[in-house]
Amino acid sequence: MVRVDGNGNSSLICVRGLDKKYQRGSEEIHVLQGLNLDVEKGEFVAFMGPSGSGKTTLLNLLGGVDVPTRGRITVAGDEITHMSGSKLTNWRARHVGFVFQVFNLIPVLTAYQNVELPLLLTKLSKAERRKHVGTALAVVDLSDRVDHYPRQLSGGQEQRVAIARAIVSDPTFLLCDEPTGDLDRKSADQIMTLIERLVEEYGKTVLMVTHDPLVAKRAHTTLHLEKGALVEAATKEVGAS
Amino acid sequence: MAIPVIYNMRSVKARWTSAVVAVLGIAGTVGVFVAMLSLARGFKATLVHSGSARNAMVRRAGSTSEMDSVIQLDQEKILEDAPGVARTAEGPLVSPEVVVIAPFPMRSTGTDANVQIRGVSTKAPQVHENVKIIAGRFFQPGVSELVVGKNAVHSYSGLDLGNTVRFGGGQWKIVGVFDAGGTAFDSEVWCDSNILSQVYSRPASIFSSLAVRLNSPDAMSAFKDALTSDPRLTLQAEREVDYYDKQSRVLTTLITVLGSIVAAVMGIGAVFGALNTMYSAVAERSREIATIRALGFGAASVVSSFVLEALLISSVGGALGCVAVLPLNGFTTGAMNWQTFSHLAFAFRVTPILLAGGIVFALVMGLVGGLPPAIRAARRPVADALRAL
Repeated sequence: MVRVDGNGNSSLICVRGLDKKYQRGSEEIHVLQGLNLDVEKGEFVAFMGPSGSGKTTLLNLLGGVDVPTRGRITVAGDEITHMSGSKLTNWRARHVGFVFQVFNLIPVLTAYQNVELPLLLTKLSKAERRKHVGTALAVVDLSDRVDHYPRQLSGGQEQRVAIARAIVSDPTFLLCDEPTGDLDRKSADQIMTLIERLVEEYGKTVLMVTHDPLVAKRAHTTLHLEKGALVEAATKEVGAS
Repeated sequence: MAIPVIYNMRSVKARWTSAVVAVLGIAGTVGVFVAMLSLARGFKATLVHSGSARNAMVRRAGSTSEMDSVIQLDQEKILEDAPGVARTAEGPLVSPEVVVIAPFPMRSTGTDANVQIRGVSTKAPQVHENVKIIAGRFFQPGVSELVVGKNAVHSYSGLDLGNTVRFGGGQWKIVGVFDAGGTAFDSEVWCDSNILSQVYSRPASIFSSLAVRLNSPDAMSAFKDALTSDPRLTLQAEREVDYYDKQSRVLTTLITVLGSIVAAVMGIGAVFGALNTMYSAVAERSREIATIRALGFGAASVVSSFVLEALLISSVGGALGCVAVLPLNGFTTGAMNWQTFSHLAFAFRVTPILLAGGIVFALVMGLVGGLPPAIRAARRPVADALRAL
């Protein structure tokens, strides 16, 4: 269940009174204001809202790549808002899988090497890493593209490699920032089907930012960012098509 | 865990045009650095190898070189009986020597350069054991004949075997060419010391120095003690190798200092080249860096990765610079010996230690040029870099 009223408990992700301000010259921009959010394990949440409403900022805060001005974010019992830089870096490696709009694959590394990157931060042996990477690439149906460089892949394939990279270390949750934003409709549909599979078959928790209402419809819950806070827009019955 | 090295290697390969600037800058600097030091090393080696650890060089007390030294015949006779002096059936191995300089035109420029003329006794080849006649024969005592060092033959016009030359008011026939094993003697012309003294209107009983063959290198201290404790002798003795080492210092220091200054100035330029290359690498790959950071790699990993990349580039530059100067090894050139004011031919000596020094210098330039961009890469906020297109 997803709640935005700040009254949830026993949540996987718990956000309370989240504020984020930016300074642009002499102007202070208040992007997020007292935002609350509770997300249970296995939820698939879409964030929508106009450009500049703070969707990506929220994702960055949840992923520990940005720090809030005020408020508290707790993930699986760890409060990340007061973690030091290095502790937060380690936390990210264990708990967060990122999927970006423009894929952000390392162009000089093969699909295999890109997917292996997060595993280099673990204590897995080379053989174990090979097994995990093979599994992740099989999940995204790219077992035959392991030695391909990003430039040798289509946009949809690149995003699938990026998803494999995001799930290979079995993180607590996935953060997807406009995962279909750079793809044609057909590829977008394939990616969304893949993300749905990750949620339904593998029990992954996914938080996704999108502009596309059709994409947002695939999520269990769609939340709108309005005036720096979240408003529930739609919730569909889990398992409904 | 560190970011894989393959990432840096392939990144450098992918952006090779940018890396080439830094590589060439560093290669040029290392090349000049190693070349200058090999020049100094060659000069020093040529002089130092002229001396033998078993030979003592005896000069007037207080003199700085053979040129300002005077030794009288009676002093030489006293020294012949000193302890530690090697002997053969013909007597003690002491070679009284007279040194003057005479101008000869250089083959390369046609201008005159000073050649050191060494008047020696017939014992000289036994005392200076590295001197071997390679063409013709040794001069006959009492005759105006010359034997010429192999470098002198190549460096000066007219010093060919069989020629007759004029200097010091006398006429001399060249009867032999000797090889002194690449030492300073190879740049000299030798003749009978008595004839040389006559030609230069010097008393025959006065010499510039004595080259003394000792029984062993260990005999030096007993020989020196005997020489300094004898009130009849106002002489100083030192090992030949030490004498020639001192002779080499002025020019060696000059070349080393000048070479280091030039290399330092070029090094500053090369560091800026490396900085430019690495800053542009960081700017172009800010999204990649941010992604790597988002995946969980720490700031230290990013710093070490980019420093490693800079070191990779600089090591290639260093290796290239070293390879570029390798052909100089053994190349013979010449310079003025500031102690004797004579021209000395010597060869560049590109040694493994110098090459290792060149690589270390390149790595230092890489480190200085790579560290600030690496720190910038690690410091940039991840969220900002991910947002930037």
